[in-house]
Amino acid sequence: MLTTVMLCGVGGQGTILAADLLAKVAAAEGLDVKLSEVHGMSQRGGSVDTVVKYGEQVLSPVTDPGMVDHLIAFEIIEAMRRIHYVKPGGRILVNPSAIQPLPVLTGDAPAPHGMQAILDEERAIFIEADVLACQAGSPKSANVVLMGALSWGLEFSEKSWRDVIASRVPPKTVDANLRAFELGRSACQKGECEL
Amino acid sequence: MSRILLSGNESVAQGAWEAGAVVGVGYPGTPSTETLARFATLPGVYAEWASNEKVALEVAAGVSLAGKRVLVTMKHVGLNVASDPLLTLAYTGVRGGLVILVADDPGMHSSQNEQDSHNYAAFAHVPMFDPSDSAEALAFTREAFDLSERFDIPVLVRSTVRVSHAKSLVAPGERTVQPDPGPYKTDPAKWVMMPAMAKARRLDLDRRLAALVDFAASTPLNRLEFRDTSLGIVCSGVTYLHVREALPDVSVLKLGMSYPLSTELVRQFAEKVDRLVVVEEADGFLGRTLAAAGFVLESVPLPASGELSPGLIRTAFGLEAPPLREPDTSMPPRPPLMCPGCPHRPVFNALRRMRAVVTGDIGCYTLGALRPLASMDSCVCMGASIGMAHGAELAGGMADRPVVGVIGDSTFAHTGINGLMSSVYNGATSTIAILDNRITAMTGHQGNPINGITLQKRLPHEIDLVALCGALGIEHVRVVDPHDLAATESALREEAARDELSVLVFRAPCALLIRDKGDPYAVDEDACTKCGLCVKLGCPAIGKDETTGKAFIDTALCVGCAQCVQVCKYDAIVHTGPACDLGGV
Repeated sequence: MLTTVMLCGVGGQGTILAADLLAKVAAAEGLDVKLSEVHGMSQRGGSVDTVVKYGEQVLSPVTDPGMVDHLIAFEIIEAMRRIHYVKPGGRILVNPSAIQPLPVLTGDAPAPHGMQAILDEERAIFIEADVLACQAGSPKSANVVLMGALSWGLEFSEKSWRDVIASRVPPKTVDANLRAFELGRSACQKGECEL
Repeated sequence: MSRILLSGNESVAQGAWEAGAVVGVGYPGTPSTETLARFATLPGVYAEWASNEKVALEVAAGVSLAGKRVLVTMKHVGLNVASDPLLTLAYTGVRGGLVILVADDPGMHSSQNEQDSHNYAAFAHVPMFDPSDSAEALAFTREAFDLSERFDIPVLVRSTVRVSHAKSLVAPGERTVQPDPGPYKTDPAKWVMMPAMAKARRLDLDRRLAALVDFAASTPLNRLEFRDTSLGIVCSGVTYLHVREALPDVSVLKLGMSYPLSTELVRQFAEKVDRLVVVEEADGFLGRTLAAAGFVLESVPLPASGELSPGLIRTAFGLEAPPLREPDTSMPPRPPLMCPGCPHRPVFNALRRMRAVVTGDIGCYTLGALRPLASMDSCVCMGASIGMAHGAELAGGMADRPVVGVIGDSTFAHTGINGLMSSVYNGATSTIAILDNRITAMTGHQGNPINGITLQKRLPHEIDLVALCGALGIEHVRVVDPHDLAATESALREEAARDELSVLVFRAPCALLIRDKGDPYAVDEDACTKCGLCVKLGCPAIGKDETTGKAFIDTALCVGCAQCVQVCKYDAIVHTGPACDLGGV
């Protein structure tokens, strides 16, 4: 079976590192895995997404609308932009904080409203990743909080996640990131966000 | 050895290292950059960033002449710059294996065009490999070095974003140290390409190409995969993987080597399938080649530009209705933007206020074209700003608007300097702003000749821009701190008004280089008059409140650069406390 995870957000939020963690966990558990990202100009605060596909055999590294099993949005507007990628019955995890795009900040475009209601209808699970990251001791660990949330309901062992996080993040931040992972995981557990 | 997760770029670097390449040289360019960055970290190699891709390939040609294996890396448009040596290196051939990674960008995620480098393989008559994923990127690069020496020719390895920036599992191998090439012997018939020798090498190239066509017919790089023979698809690179996922039952001719083509191999495939279709991205190179060779191709409605995906391929073959759901297009767009604290911002703020005609260039500062700064009139290719500024002034007709060429430090070293020399020589009166942020920023912070930082951290040789401009004979050269908004604007206004060539060096490090952020600012709501001047800076940390119309600052994003403080006429922007209380951690 092929599982497709899309991580989306704003350039600079750490989607690529988070995707790397997931891909390494899948590889550590003996699965084939591919990750596809786009960096360069979009990294400068633009809209970004990274796709991780894993299973017995993965062919194409990219995905299409209607094919995503888990959409992990690091930012709420970016979640809205990609709902159509999610399979019927797929899981949507959203960090509810909004980062307003420059056209909104400058008054060139209206701020979007009613996003929460639409996402509620999609049965999205909201994970307060920024708040939990601060609780974990590092505001930059919001990406790992979201991986913790994603991990709940996936088939991978908690140990694989912890090992990969410990080996991948900067040594000084291992403890904060492991706490971030745990906070995200238990937030999802409490939110009953299993598939 | 166990398999590890590597990007296509990292795998090309690993393949070159395993093949015994001892030198790597390139110019940064998305999506190619990490290849050389990775190669530079491997044991027993020398690696350097050249000032541009032409220089990189010429350095590599020297390494090859001396008998050693060398890897060259660049993005697709870089090959335009390097095409001059490439087309003649096909004639000279190589001594040490010479392999060029060229990374294409179909869909233009980070480029000014989506040219297909296959055309260069055919134009230069050099073989091209098209790996599909990281494992192939490694294996094909290894093989490319052997092929280069065996057939006496440079070899192009073509990747795309979905190979270069995709990660998959690979099994890295050991390094094969190449034998000493033996004593060097002068060989003008091979290496001095003046007409008499070039004519002979031209004919020799034909012989080498004919041998390569034979190789293409038998190499396992090209693979006939027969399944259901009612449909046969010819494809290469990552498109092969999209096709396999989209249409798992069809027969496929996978071209690992896309140039030169063996028509014999294609015939073997075409004879056994009922319908023959080429599936490729962006340009139609393979389709044109096969059509020219007389194959009857059926066409399917694939997008004429941009990237393919399994879904797009299924749709083109009529296998699946369009996706059930339409994307939500009501969301505001989120274009990339200059970071908070970016030193480029005040320059464009001043240029907008001056209503300048700005000939721009390639780098983070190209974002100055977007609202609200919206002060760039052109962006064409690396170095174009300087020649275009001269041309625009020459032609006149800009009314009373000043013309200013804007170029970054690395781009100036790449091909800007040529334009500047020509401007001096021809008595140009342009105003050139060199935005020296001490780094090649857009591609992820590489060194360059202006900051002097070398790839393997050797002794730096920083080029003095002011002395360089002085040596060219430019009288009016000024260094300005762009974070000083008043000084930035007055310097631009003064030099633009001057009827002589002048260069302004706006020097301040990239905001991402500054580790210690300043205390964030906040807006004093009582003092804010909703004038909007701070919002017009286009800083992502500053916004206009939808209901009150007053400015606000996101303290989590603010880096305390104080640019906005300088535009506020009402002292409404004031210091505040730290963004996130870390509770003693």
